[in-house]
This record gives sequence, structure tokens and C-alpha cells, in this order.
Amino acid sequence: MTGPIAEAEKLLLLKASGLMLLVVVPVILMALAFAWRYRATNDRAAYSPDWDRSRVVEITVWGIPAIMVGLLATMVWDKTHALDPYKPLPGGEPLLVQAVALNWKWLFIYPDHGIATVNELAIPADRPVSFRVTSQVAMNSFIIPDLGGQIYAMAGMETQLNLQANEPGKMQGRNMQFSGTGFPQQTFDVLAMTEADFDGWIERVRASDQALDDRSFAEISQPSIAAPVTYFASAPQGFFAGLLAGSADMPHAADTTAEGAGN
Amino acid sequence: MTEDISPLLGRLGPDALPLYSWVAMGGAMVTVAGGLGFLAIVTWLGKWRELWSGWITSVDHKRIGIMYIVLALIMLIRGFVDAIMMRLQQALAMDGGGYLPPEHFEQIFSSHGTIMIFFMAMPFVTGLMNFAVPLQIGARDVAFPVMNSISFWLTAAGAGLVLVSLVIGKFSTAGWTGYPPYSGVQFTPGVGVDYWIWAVLVSGVGSTLTGINFVVTILRKRTTGMTLMHMPMFTWTALCSSILIVFAFPALTVVTAMLALDRTVGTHFFTNDGGGNVMNFMNLFWIWGHPEVYILILPAFGIFSEVVATFSSKRLFGYPSLVYATMVIAVLSFTVWLHHFFTMGAGANVNAIFGIATMVIAVPTGVKVFDWLFTMYRGRIRFEPPMLFTLGFMCLFVVGGMSGVLLAIPPINYATHNTTFLVAHFHNMIIPGALFGYVAGYMYWFPKAFGFRLDRNWGARAFWFWFTGFILAFMPLYVIGLMGMPRRMESYANPDWQPWLIIAFLGACLILLGIVSLGIQLWVSVRDRVRLAAEADDPWDGRTLEWSTSSPPPAWNYTELPIVSVRDSFHEAKLTGKPIPTAPLTASIHVPRNTAVGPVIGFAGFCVGFGVIWFIWWLAAVGLALVATTLIARSFADDTESEAFPGRGTGIS
Ligand code: HEM
Ligand SMILES: [Cu+2]
Ligand SMILES: [Cu+2]
Repeated sequence: MTGPIAEAEKLLLLKASGLMLLVVVPVILMALAFAWRYRATNDRAAYSPDWDRSRVVEITVWGIPAIMVGLLATMVWDKTHALDPYKPLPGGEPLLVQAVALNWKWLFIYPDHGIATVNELAIPADRPVSFRVTSQVAMNSFIIPDLGGQIYAMAGMETQLNLQANEPGKMQGRNMQFSGTGFPQQTFDVLAMTEADFDGWIERVRASDQALDDRSFAEISQPSIAAPVTYFASAPQGFFAGLLAGSADMPHAADTTAEGAGN
Repeated sequence: MTEDISPLLGRLGPDALPLYSWVAMGGAMVTVAGGLGFLAIVTWLGKWRELWSGWITSVDHKRIGIMYIVLALIMLIRGFVDAIMMRLQQALAMDGGGYLPPEHFEQIFSSHGTIMIFFMAMPFVTGLMNFAVPLQIGARDVAFPVMNSISFWLTAAGAGLVLVSLVIGKFSTAGWTGYPPYSGVQFTPGVGVDYWIWAVLVSGVGSTLTGINFVVTILRKRTTGMTLMHMPMFTWTALCSSILIVFAFPALTVVTAMLALDRTVGTHFFTNDGGGNVMNFMNLFWIWGHPEVYILILPAFGIFSEVVATFSSKRLFGYPSLVYATMVIAVLSFTVWLHHFFTMGAGANVNAIFGIATMVIAVPTGVKVFDWLFTMYRGRIRFEPPMLFTLGFMCLFVVGGMSGVLLAIPPINYATHNTTFLVAHFHNMIIPGALFGYVAGYMYWFPKAFGFRLDRNWGARAFWFWFTGFILAFMPLYVIGLMGMPRRMESYANPDWQPWLIIAFLGACLILLGIVSLGIQLWVSVRDRVRLAAEADDPWDGRTLEWSTSSPPPAWNYTELPIVSVRDSFHEAKLTGKPIPTAPLTASIHVPRNTAVGPVIGFAGFCVGFGVIWFIWWLAAVGLALVATTLIARSFADDTESEAFPGRGTGIS
């Protein structure tokens, strides 16, 4: 299971590693070779105790790392913009999902469908998904390793992440930032499915007899470990915005959308 | 607050004892037994007077340096016990297995990180600076010897708080970084985070004072002719590191003090509500935290420079390059802190700029590696243990540097942040980079400090265990990090990770043998000290000034201060057969008298910390009052020096 973002990140990892190995491997070999060749017991090797400068060597040793870093820097500039988690992915209207970190579980709200779930995230394959992320507890970090990317979830603030799955399948997402006792088990299932299956899944969630409201939210906000998957047939409009503003009565909560982005 | 707070004992009650788990109980008992055992041995040997006047109240930089290193070695053992416990837990913890409950595992990774950084690495590097820098620049002592003693005892007080938390109460569960809001009272109400805060705060003040002391010492106390560009490389790196301390540590002091106010007084700097902003904590913390890694590693680079030149019997290659590279690193280290939270949602421009700034540091660092390589080129390399550690460093450090650059590429960081890939990276910098350097420095200068060398075979064994153990313990973490394993996991459900974690545990066992070898080395060396004392004044064919004085040096270091005119002045002197010229001694030498100011302030600092942690307000007040009265009393003392060596020639003192 993978997606375009994860693939691009992996490729970047391989390219950058390959480039650096061009220097790293020779350095290790040089260290071993020099140590062996110039061991004190080898009196056939040359010995120049006062040789401590050489313009050629100086230029080379500043030059090689500088060129290497120059190459990497252009890579960084390009790819950081190309793979910016806030950047919408090409390929049509994204599915909007709001993710809320709780102790120690995840609440997902689908504002366009008016439904919500706990610890299960279904997405259509081959269609961009745009996450809005916040926390009601300590700082969490939202990640679906197979799809790439990672973004912090902070109370009173909204961060964004754009991902996509290439094909249907089952994955796992989780919190990556230690947040207390239930942290190791704070995972959720990610189900990538065809559009048709996704519509069917929406209907199944709508068939639930539970609704997301202040009472049921208070219930799932109770700390619990490995909470079962729960479906909410309805989620009020603006619930997520209410959490952002209410969780914190922070003076700056009104401008959190831009502020969480820091730009 | 619903807790009962008694005026006498604050919130301290019988439930503070570690009765919640056998493992914690065991740890507490070992700690108490260790402390009592130490007291018993000192009493039995009748050494209290010697301990008090020779060490505790000493203001001699060499003795303070040695005490720092003893503290570091003790804390290394404690930190390592934590580490191997985590390794064992994770080797077993598939599907909820293992022997440590989550609440205990959380304390262990927090105390391990805190101890290793603040109470192992910092004291180790400070101890080496203390011991070697004044000798290298031909000074009689540091600029402010009493302040030096205060620094040490404040550090010891912080370490004491961490050790006490094992027995009375619990330690933090918020990791060594103590990120709010998790570290706020809302999520962690007990005393744990307060222990972390006060240990870091009290020892941090000590570190700041050390920084000031060494900047002034190096800039003002050099002997005649010791221009900046004649200074040994280690002194250069100590200077850069001290400058970084002066600029960086205040940020740490401020940020922990703000967190303390949030927790104790109820302010809202970093809370979820009341207008707090956790992002400020992360920024302030890492504005200290990134320079901190260079504070730790630059002096290790300095040691490698000394060692590689000495044991290659060759001049250090590219000395000016190394000096500039060190300075460049020091300046740049303040410009990259954001790379610790690329995933906080800053824009692409911000992330890219900080990513590139981070990589730029790789340039001067790469230069250094090449300069060491070319120092070996056409040398005559002797594989004494310090040189082995230096070679091990060169081979492993480049790997850690490479993973560091990978983490500095924001899109790669999004996938690897908070995974064991990160854990592998920073251990790869800090063990082969910093710790190997400190161990090399310890073995290199040991004969200068005690008048005999350390056993060579056990030193080599220690190296091979550390080297292979490191590879086994940390390379697997790169692999499972790329597979997505988060750090700080008490248990997991992914069977693919377990084999790698078992290998990592075996690696930790090899490192244990490395630590045991260091212990045996010390033991056999003390036993064979007469044999190992041969040529102790200059056991390695040294090049820098410190090898020209006796081993151990007199309290005043040099009876007649040397006058230098070249770099590697001792080497030049041996080469030309002419001793280093000295300034004739016209007056008698005075050294500062011992004083209890340092230990008293350290004790007072401990009381302030312990008092605030447990809400024992009278104790905190007494501690503060003690600090104030000690400082005031000291400022009235005028007979603070004694004659240590009579003047020659003039006869007047
Ligand atoms: C001697 C061998 C060592 C071993 C086997 C070891 C092992 C570990 C382990 C298992 C962890 C927890 C990883 C996780 O969160 O999944 C850890 C974390 C850490 N270690 Fe080490 N370590 C060693 C030495 C050091 C040294 C020398 C330092 C620093 C000078 C250090 C600094 C840290 C820090 C800062 C953390 C992070 C703690 C946190 O998550 O808050 N370690 N180490
Ligand atoms: Cu904010
Ligand atoms: Cu950093």
C-alpha cells in the first residue's frame, strides 16, 4: 500500500542517500586505509611530520562538502515546496476529513457527509484527501506511514495534511507524539476503497444509531486505551470549528487557521 | 487543589515511596544502598577530612574537573541501566509482553534522556574542560575558581534531584524535552515533571556560570605568547562551546522557569487554555537545544584533534581551517532550531530555509573530518586506546551525519520524525561523536591527572565492545524507523519490528561489556600503578603545553609560567632540545584557599528545588536565604588566598 506522497518521499530518501554515500563511503575507506597504511610499525610508508597544509587539499575539503550541500539544497527547496503538506494534491476535488486527537484515540469528522467515526478512517482510493487536524488533549502527531507525511495536532490550532492512496487496501495510522499511557495503542485503521465501496461505507455509518453531540463527545473524550471503532450517523455542522474555538478560549483562537500554519 | 498540603511536609506523604512496582522498588533500594555504602566506606577508611578538604571544598580546577568526571561516570552507569531496561522491554514487548508497565517505562525514557544529556554528557565535557584548558593555556587556574566550585555543586545538586526522584516520588514521564501541554498540570499533575524542571534549572544555572568562567579564562588567562592562533585545538573548541553556553543556556533557564510557573503558580504560558501557546515552548527549548548538541560535540572534536595529531606523531593538518570551521559551526548552530519541529505546520519557505541552514553546517563539519584524515596521512600512527576511539568515531560519525542531513530534508523528516530513525540518528552523533571523544579524552589526560597511564589492553577491549555494541544497538533502529516504528513505545503489535529490537538488545549487552571493561581498566590500572607510572609526565610524546608540567601537576600548574612562541610548543621544545622558556618567578605563588561556598550553595539549590517540587515552602525559603547569606558573607571575606610556593630570587612575597 502506498500513495503518491509516500512514493515521492521514498524516492527523495533514496536519491539523497545515494548522493551522500558518494562521500561517506570514501571517507570510511580512507580512514581505514590511512590508519592501516601509516601504522607506526610500517616503516616503509612515507612520514612527513611537518606537513600540515596544502592549498589543493584545503580547496578540495571545503569544495566537496560545499558542492554536495549545494546539490542537496536545491533538492530541499524544490521538494519542500512540491511536498508541502498544506498543498492540495492534483486530481480533482479532495475529500475533506477533520481529525481530532483525543486520549488515546482519533475522532474523524466528514463535514461533507455529516458523519463521524472513532478510530476508523475510510477514504476513496485514487482521490486526494485533505485533512484538518487538531487536538483536544496534549500535542499529538498525525501520521499514516504508508501514505507519507506527518503533522502535529495541537489544541486550539488547526494544521493541514494532504494525502492520497493509490489503490484500495487496509493500512494503519497513528499518533507519533508521546502523549501518555495509551500512546502505544493509539492507532486507527485506514481503509482505502473504491468510490462505490466508499459510498456503501458512508451508508453503513449513517445507519448507526449514535449521533455526535456534546453528550456523546463527552463520552468519547474520557481517556481510554484501544477504543473500539464507533460510527456516528450524524455530526453537526461546525462541530470541528467549535472544538477549535472552545477547547481553548484562547485569545488567538479566532485566527487559528492561518496561525497554526505559522505563515 | 484537592491534595492535602501540610505546612511541614508539603505534599510529601508515605505514598511517595516507590511501592507501585518491584522494579522501581529495586532501583530505589540500589540507589539508597549505593549512597549508604559510600558513606560507610568513607567512614570506615577515616577519609572524611581528606574528602572535605581535598575535594568537596577544593577550588582547584583539576580537582573540580575530576569530580565532574566522577559524577559523569556514575550517571553514565545510571543512564545505561535505564537504557538496557528499555531495550529489554522493547525486545519482549510484542503484543503487550514485557516486564515494565507503561507508567514505569515512561519514567525510564524520560530519566534516561535527562540523565545522559544533563548529568552525564554535560559534566563529562565540563570536567574535561576544567582539567585541561588551564593547563593547555599555561594558566594557574580558571578566572573564577570559587564560581567554578559553585557551578560543580549546582550540577551535582541537579543530579541529586534526579537520583532522589527514584526513591521519593516519581520522575517525569514527559521525555527529556518536557513538551507542554503534556508536561502541564492538566495532564501530569504529580511531582515528576517538577523534578525534571528543577533538576534542569538548578544544574543549568551551574552550566551558565561555567560558560562565563571559561570564556573569561580563555580570553584573559593565557600565558605570554599564547596568541589565539597558538592555542591547542581543544582550547579553541572549549572557547566556542563556552560562548554557546553563555548564549544558549539562559533560554533553557527561562523556558523551564516559565513551565514551573505554569505548574506551580498557575500561569498560562504553555497551557491549552488561558491564552497559552505550546509552540513558544518548543521554540525556546530548541533555541537552547540545538546549540546544546554543539556544546557537547565541539569539545569532543577538539579532543579528536589533539589525539589524532599526537598519536600520528604529526602536526594537526589544516589548523586554521579547523579553527574557522569550529567558529562557523558555533554561529550557525543558532540558526537551525526549527528543524526539530518541521511537522508543526510552518510553510514550505520556512521549512526549506531551516532545512538548508541545517545542511550548511555539514560543510564545516565535513572539513573537519577531512582534516583529521589528512593528519593521519603520512603519519606514524600508534593505536593506543584514545586513537582507537578516534578511528571508531571517524567511521561511525559520517553515518550519523548522513542520517542527520536526511532528517534535515523536510519531506523526509515528515516521514521519519518521531520514529526510531531519529533515535538512531542522535545516538549516532552523541555516542561515537561526543561520548567516544570524552572517553578518549579521559584516557588521554588520565596520566596527567594521576601520574600513571590506564591499562592499554582493557582500553582496547572497551573500545571494541563499545564500537560493535553501538553498531548492533543502533543500526537496527534506522531500519525499523523507516518501517515506521515510533519512539517511546512501551509495547507494539508489529511482528516485523521484533527481530530488530532483539538485535538492538544484544547490542546494548555488548555496550554493557564495554562499560564493564572501563571499570576493569580502572581497577587493574590502579593496581598496577607503579608499572604504569613510567614516563607519566609525557606518556604519549605529547605536543601541547600540558605535557610539559609534572603528572600530576602542582596545585599552581606551572611554577614558572611558560612563554610560548609557536603552536605545539612542547613538541618544538623537544625537537630543538631547548626547554620552553619561562618567566622567572619573582613573587611567591598564591592559590585560592578552599571554601565551603560551593557545596553550601549546591546544597541550598537542592533544598530550593526539593522544596518547590513538594510544596515545602519553608525549605525553599531557607534554601534561597542560604544562597543569599552565603554570597553576602563571601563578599566580605578578604583572606581568600594562601601562599603555596615561595618566590625565588627576590625572597619577598
Ligand atoms: C549507552 C548506550 C545507550 C543505549 C543502549 C541507549 C538506548 C536508548 C533507548 C532505548 C532510548 C529510547 C528510545 C525510544 O524512545 O524508543 C533512548 C532514548 C534517548 N537516549 Fe539513549 N541510549 C544510550 C546512550 C545515550 C547517550 C550517551 C545519550 C546522550 C548523551 C543518550 C540520550 C538519549 C536521549 C536524549 C533519548 C530520548 C529520551 C526521550 O525520548 O525523551 N542515550 N536511548
Ligand atoms: Cu496558537
Ligand atoms: Cu538540532
